[in-house]
Amino acid sequence: MSAAAPAGAAIEFRDVAKRFVRPERRDESFLAIESLSFEVARGERVAVLGRTGCGKSTMFNLLAGLIEPTSGTVRALGHDPFREFDWFRGRIAVVFQGDRLMPWRSALANVELGIELLGKAEEERRAIALGWLERLGLKGHENDYPHALSGGMRQRVSIARAFAVGPEILLCDEPFSALDELTGQRLREEYLQLVKETGATSVFVTHSISEALQLGERILVFHRPARIALEARIAGGDREDIRRRVLEAMTASGAPAEEEQDAA
Amino acid sequence: MAYRPRAETLVALGGLALVWQIASYFFPPYLFPPLPAIAQKFFAIFVDAESLANAGATAGRIFAGLAGSFVLGVAMAFAMGRSERGYRYLFPLLNFIQGIPALSWVVIAIIWFKGTEPRIFFIMVSTSVSAFSFQILDAYRSMSKDLFEMTLSFRPSRRDLFRVLILPTIVPGMLTAWKVNLGNAARVVVVAELVGATGGIGYQLLQQQQSFDMAGALAWTLMLVVFVLVVQQAIVRIENWMLAYRPTAERAA
Repeated sequence: MSAAAPAGAAIEFRDVAKRFVRPERRDESFLAIESLSFEVARGERVAVLGRTGCGKSTMFNLLAGLIEPTSGTVRALGHDPFREFDWFRGRIAVVFQGDRLMPWRSALANVELGIELLGKAEEERRAIALGWLERLGLKGHENDYPHALSGGMRQRVSIARAFAVGPEILLCDEPFSALDELTGQRLREEYLQLVKETGATSVFVTHSISEALQLGERILVFHRPARIALEARIAGGDREDIRRRVLEAMTASGAPAEEEQDAA
Repeated sequence: MAYRPRAETLVALGGLALVWQIASYFFPPYLFPPLPAIAQKFFAIFVDAESLANAGATAGRIFAGLAGSFVLGVAMAFAMGRSERGYRYLFPLLNFIQGIPALSWVVIAIIWFKGTEPRIFFIMVSTSVSAFSFQILDAYRSMSKDLFEMTLSFRPSRRDLFRVLILPTIVPGMLTAWKVNLGNAARVVVVAELVGATGGIGYQLLQQQQSFDMAGALAWTLMLVVFVLVVQQAIVRIENWMLAYRPTAERAA
């Protein structure tokens, strides 16, 4: 039986390290996460920032239970995401960078996927999926296959698919980075609204400081290999000061942030 | 996309028929029988119960052989796809089997088995199992890592993972494997029937050869070709129905 996380913590990383062995050279390995410790309270929205290759996706996969830490402890809702993989069915949902829709399923069937795997009856899952599609402005596109939808619509379907299972924890890996600015902005607002309404704990991985400031209540900046370089609470803080500190932390970790690159 | 005969197809096949008919005026019928004689023998197959039974026997053997090699091929493909060790053992074995000529399998089957049907089934399975395994393994390995991770994020059971992701991923490869192996099976079944059977299209071809009846031999050959084309069209229709979600580019249409 796993040890429970501190009261109020939905997610807990305690001195976590993750080392990968190179498949082509088994005697060589690299450290993706060095000594990562942080907590996320229940219902909190945390944005994770860091340069490319800083271990954000590794942290994400650890949290999703897709890989096991080399050392340290990962807990979500008091349980081990890797060892108690099935326990998290319906409790954790993920929105990925790409929409990752199944091309052989209609928009409706894609949204139904998670609910179907929860074993809900067909009528119930159809009603839930239709509700989420309507909520995300996709009424009338239920029977469209992914190839017939625009990039923004496909990402909406993937958001609906994640929310449809009613997760307690929502993990997002740069879900709006491939969209145009206007569509991305609209989806960010809709996403934020939905997270607030459902009260889900949200961990949002991004490269963009603006996006992190918009969607997070707290920002974690990762150093490379992953460890906390900066932790900043947004609520009540001076946003420009936070932006400057985040930028400094990201630059110190070896590469300029997206905004700085854009400005250059 | 379903096959639709085009003008070029009709010209090509009509041209072949015309050349054949002209040749029939200059050569004896046991070399180039006239087209009406071939047509007469071909249509006679459909009105004679025994002939139809012979054609049906061959069709049954093809389906049984393909079904057997499909089941075995799927099992081996999964064993190779899911386990590196399984791959290391099975791949060289299947590669070796693939290199054995159909005629060698015929000889082995005659020595190993007593009855006609077990012999033919063994030959059909032995000659098709490698192709099925490799084609389905290829389809399994082409499974998107992104979709795999996405599905895993919902924590499916093994059975659900197979149902919602693996099966839809490998279905196109399975259908292609059936289409490709059908033609191969039709060629092999004739060889198997030529040697050991007392019925079927191969047996009938042997009878025509012994009586120097070229029209009869061509009629039975045509019967086999028509059977393969009809079944392939059926598979294409199933494919179109099952893979209707696939987008098609206007220029490619």
